[in-house]
Amino acid sequence: MGYRLGVDVGGTFTDLLLLETQSGSFWRHKTPSTPHDSSEGILNGVGAICAAAGITAAQIETFLHGTTVATNAVLEGKGARVGLVTTEGYRHIMQIARSFVPGGLAGWIIWPKPQPLAALEDTVTVKGRIDAEGNEVRPLDEADVRAQLGLLRANGVEAVTVSLINAYVSGAHEARIGEIAAEVLPGVPVSLSHEVLPEMQEYERTLTTVANAAVRPVVGRYVANLRDRLANEGMAGKLSLLRSDGGLMSADKAGEHPVNILMSGPAGGVTGAIWVGRNAGIRNILTLDVGGTSTDVALIENLEPRRQRTTEVGHLSVRASALDVKTVGAGGGSIAYVPELTRALRVGPQSAGAVPGPVAYGKGGTAPTVTDANVVLGYLPENLLGGTFKLDREGAKAAVQTIADALGIDLMAAARGIIDIVNENMFGALRMISVQQGYDPRDFAVMGFGGAGPLHVNAVARLMGSWPAISPVSPGVLCALGDATTRMRTETARSFSRLASQTQASDLTAILAEMAAQTRAELLADGVPEDEITSEFEVDVRYAGQAFEVPLTITADVLEADGIAGLLARFDEEHKRLFTFNMDTPHEIVNLRAVALGRALDLPAAPLPQGDGNPIAAKLRDHEVWMEGRLQPAVIYDRAKLRAGDVIPGPAIVCEMDSTTLIESGCTGTVDAVGNILINLA
Amino acid sequence: MPATIVQTNHTPFNRIAIDPVTLDIIENALRNARIEMDATLVRTAMSPGIREQGDAFPLIADHTGKMIVGQFGSFIDGFLQNFDGTLEDGDMIFLSDPYSVGGAVSHSNDWLVLLPVFKDGRLIAYTSMFGHQSDIGGKVVGSMPINAHSIFEEGVRIPPVKIWRKGEYNEDLIKLVMHQTRKPDWCAADLNALIASCRVAARRVIEMATRFGDDVYVSATQALLERNHRAMKSLIGMAIAEDPVSFEDYICDDGMGAGPYRIKCTMWREGEKVVLDFAGTDPQSQASINFYLNENMFKMFFGIYMIMVFDPQILFNDGFYDLIDVRIPEGSLLKPKFPAALSGRTHALGRIFDILGGLLGQKTPEFLNAAGFSSSPHLFYSGNDTRPGKGGAWFQLFQIGFGGVPGRPMGDGPDGHSLWPGFTNVPNEFLERYFPMRIERYECAPDSGGAGVHRGGDGIHMTYRFLVAGTISIHDDRWFVPPWGVNGGHPGARARKILEKADGTQIIIGNKVEDVEVEAEDQLHFITWGGGGWGDPLERDSALVAKEIVQGLVTAEGARAYGVVADPAGTVDAAATEALRAELRATRGDLPLFDFGPGIEQLRAASLAETGLPAPTQPVWPILQAAE
Repeated sequence: MGYRLGVDVGGTFTDLLLLETQSGSFWRHKTPSTPHDSSEGILNGVGAICAAAGITAAQIETFLHGTTVATNAVLEGKGARVGLVTTEGYRHIMQIARSFVPGGLAGWIIWPKPQPLAALEDTVTVKGRIDAEGNEVRPLDEADVRAQLGLLRANGVEAVTVSLINAYVSGAHEARIGEIAAEVLPGVPVSLSHEVLPEMQEYERTLTTVANAAVRPVVGRYVANLRDRLANEGMAGKLSLLRSDGGLMSADKAGEHPVNILMSGPAGGVTGAIWVGRNAGIRNILTLDVGGTSTDVALIENLEPRRQRTTEVGHLSVRASALDVKTVGAGGGSIAYVPELTRALRVGPQSAGAVPGPVAYGKGGTAPTVTDANVVLGYLPENLLGGTFKLDREGAKAAVQTIADALGIDLMAAARGIIDIVNENMFGALRMISVQQGYDPRDFAVMGFGGAGPLHVNAVARLMGSWPAISPVSPGVLCALGDATTRMRTETARSFSRLASQTQASDLTAILAEMAAQTRAELLADGVPEDEITSEFEVDVRYAGQAFEVPLTITADVLEADGIAGLLARFDEEHKRLFTFNMDTPHEIVNLRAVALGRALDLPAAPLPQGDGNPIAAKLRDHEVWMEGRLQPAVIYDRAKLRAGDVIPGPAIVCEMDSTTLIESGCTGTVDAVGNILINLA
Repeated sequence: MPATIVQTNHTPFNRIAIDPVTLDIIENALRNARIEMDATLVRTAMSPGIREQGDAFPLIADHTGKMIVGQFGSFIDGFLQNFDGTLEDGDMIFLSDPYSVGGAVSHSNDWLVLLPVFKDGRLIAYTSMFGHQSDIGGKVVGSMPINAHSIFEEGVRIPPVKIWRKGEYNEDLIKLVMHQTRKPDWCAADLNALIASCRVAARRVIEMATRFGDDVYVSATQALLERNHRAMKSLIGMAIAEDPVSFEDYICDDGMGAGPYRIKCTMWREGEKVVLDFAGTDPQSQASINFYLNENMFKMFFGIYMIMVFDPQILFNDGFYDLIDVRIPEGSLLKPKFPAALSGRTHALGRIFDILGGLLGQKTPEFLNAAGFSSSPHLFYSGNDTRPGKGGAWFQLFQIGFGGVPGRPMGDGPDGHSLWPGFTNVPNEFLERYFPMRIERYECAPDSGGAGVHRGGDGIHMTYRFLVAGTISIHDDRWFVPPWGVNGGHPGARARKILEKADGTQIIIGNKVEDVEVEAEDQLHFITWGGGGWGDPLERDSALVAKEIVQGLVTAEGARAYGVVADPAGTVDAAATEALRAELRATRGDLPLFDFGPGIEQLRAASLAETGLPAPTQPVWPILQAAE
């Protein structure tokens, strides 16, 4: 018997999921997060969940962890003080960035001026130049390099990054500066852009390198602290962190390349959804992760999530692979308001957050939120979290009434309006990742999780035409489940930038083989056995001149058999699906990527006892909900008492410790063999 | 003769009441459809102007042609009035001639696609998008000749024609058009991208109508128009006085030695309506700086500036147009007569925004912004790549530069950023990889942002080293009349262009020049202007000024404009600073609301000494005669 523990630290709660790998039995636990030192909350949770499972921490073989520690360091500017060495003439590279001002016409009037991640006073330039072909135009002036590094030393920088123009073609000057830096600033970590990200586009490469260096000490300290405290509890197992792209990396590796875990948080939910989908036999899934202030959505096709080459953190766009997760400012805490001028009903993006929170939480909130509307409509019964606190329905009604008055409609219509609009915002985000990418949403199911996902998933499925709507087992801790069930992953990328007509398949296979060896070595170093490692490749292709590349996955065998022509045929097909046309323009092979993966664990879900189709045994009480413009009788069920095969007619509400599932009228929820509720049109 | 709309289903749409929630949902869905148009375009376009810089604009209109979502207002009504033909299911209109559409596109480089959307035999919407083409033929590479005297010199002119006729593609038309450009590959890709975007939006409209019902959809669009009307009506009553206010600003020159050209606008309220009258604007230019300003487009700009503050989530649409009366004198710089050249209209287009800011902010100085980066300087570089192994391949670059965002009530203006929505700069590594050039410098030009308690953003000092001989052209402005400061803030520094030869000789070149030959290893210093400052510079924290010296954004010399005495290492002499500030306060008099600099006459007198260029001469206007 082996135990894997997934731990996801969110802003409000730390979720834990302990999995026994043979039987698939699991235990879950939710405990308040401790932002001053997250390891405290984690240890509280570890203690509790081990007690529940009757094991000791020493029996945990693998500790898998999704964390926002890197994200927060970037967003809150709490990273290390980073010195940046760049090419003469480019001192303001981080200040000018891409010159982009968001917000449309006149948006500049209200856009705050951002501060660069490496302060300008800690940015120096050095003499020496490489051209776009990798030739040295002017040699590196080493005396100048020493002088400039001396300035950084005097400033007291905690990390040095070197990012020179055209370093993606030749890293020779960067490497030499790295050597000199080791002499001038002994003990100060140095990162070189051609090692962190050997890709074209100086701003993105520099930003990525700086972000990595800024976050490194924070993540390093976090990991060391967590490891110590777990060791004190007797846990000696492996510690891995969840990458933004949904794979795992060893905690040590994450400490060195934290840029890869910037979106660790949202990735957990998606990997959890994949595990649920595999066990439920559903391979195409749209995920709907509804939290307090925002909703994350992602697309999973054939149990593979879509990935993208950039990670968006705040206003920064860092070049590191991440799951293609879109976020909208629509969550349970989103505030509804009616601007006097236009008399429109707006919901979000302002949020009541955890403090003061929705009015119904009784913690001082006064602004009507989505949660309040759910309470008013009866979708969220008064008792949450297994009865530990009671919702203030009267307070919620009074707050929503202000919206009703401003719009001149009645209370229930206003509450339903708030829900309709927030559902519509989620719908908009889902369209962006599905229809807009050429996918037909009718080929997908929607899975709702996070605190409020199962409340909205039925309505969103109806808007999308995506069935079934899934409320997975333990939707409140799906991120932790994802942490526990995914596999090791690493990747590397290189710019190639050559016309396909001037490229032989053998040119590609030679480089890809080299990249495969590099990535496999990384996993080996992390303790993954050689025979468990598989390699995958991606080649980015575009019509020469386009800005957008289509990534195509490929194996060395297929590349040899079908050649470049086969690759281009696949590109044309994909381009047509995305944009409805093809062109006669020559193709360009832009980037190459190699991915190494650890073994995918075959972790089954624990089966539920079979029922007779009647959920009556799980019934808690009768209830009323406002739906389709009228008050309707509904039933509240206890999820823990449902059996496989139970069929629940809507409208109904299914309660559990940390989440509430709403089944709308006209729909039916069916409990599958492992406890997921699959909602379909009746 | 107006267009004939051919419908097979003549049932009129039924106007029905829409509940506020459905209305907001449809508004949101329309906003998403528009975002989708942008995304489709940027991914499939090929010219750097669109794919890297985002120079393109989408629109979705109702069945009568009123814009429901977009940002440049609808031209469709004007088009319908003048289009002598039918419009039916399966048609798609293609055009680029500003004179055919009342200036909806303002130079021939902007190609526009218009798709009437039919559902069940009825016209239910229009979708449209235009984007800037990097080359459409004509006398110069890039097709924007500063020295053109008529639009006939500015490349292919496309009147409204059908690229698709009842579902049938007009291949000959496209062959004919593509034959006129130096970059048919870019143009073909960009045109495909525009079409794909319009089709995506059309699909969304039809889906919406199917989901809610045609009558609900159409009624909702009308309700959205009314919502804008209502909002604007109360705003106008609140914010615009009956007493006229005027504001004027200038285009520095026309690239042919004449300038500056004045643009003047006066605003007042009559009952519930606002009048915006451009009387006093100079007559049209004989060169190409004319800007054929579409009245509706200006209404939209006005509305966006007005409404931004009160409900930024609102979807701007044409609903409020009848509350605004825009008057532009015929034959003026803003309404030139055919066949005046139009390609260099970017400067006047940009200046319109400074004028709007100056007009609207005069009575509420706390909301007033300084003058800013109200244009988009262009560089063209073309030739044959004669480097070894490059086969002498033809290349042409069209690049848009950026400068300083003005000082604002909320704080400093960002350095080296774009005021144009959605625009980004081109990565220098991209330029070096695909063009025979090396970018030796890409930094802020220190002190170029106007001093103020909120500093204007610095312009950019970009140095191109050309690796092969070729030809360059430059279109820039604000080199003669500075970008003004407000509330005591100083004007920003003016633009400069310097050509540095291999032997180190420096040649000041004009900011609007055509066909300048460059040699391999020549360096061009392309220095853009800074934003104006906001508020009293003597009130700026001296420690912040000192920090910006260290950061290379302000120099020790430039710090004196803030009354700060510091050395180049950023060490402040506190006593000297206090003394200097006291002296400046004592001698400067009252702080002006606007600081335009020394005035046109003095600018003229000092031009050669200060800019290295002779002052432009006062334009004269002979009697204009049309070409026909």
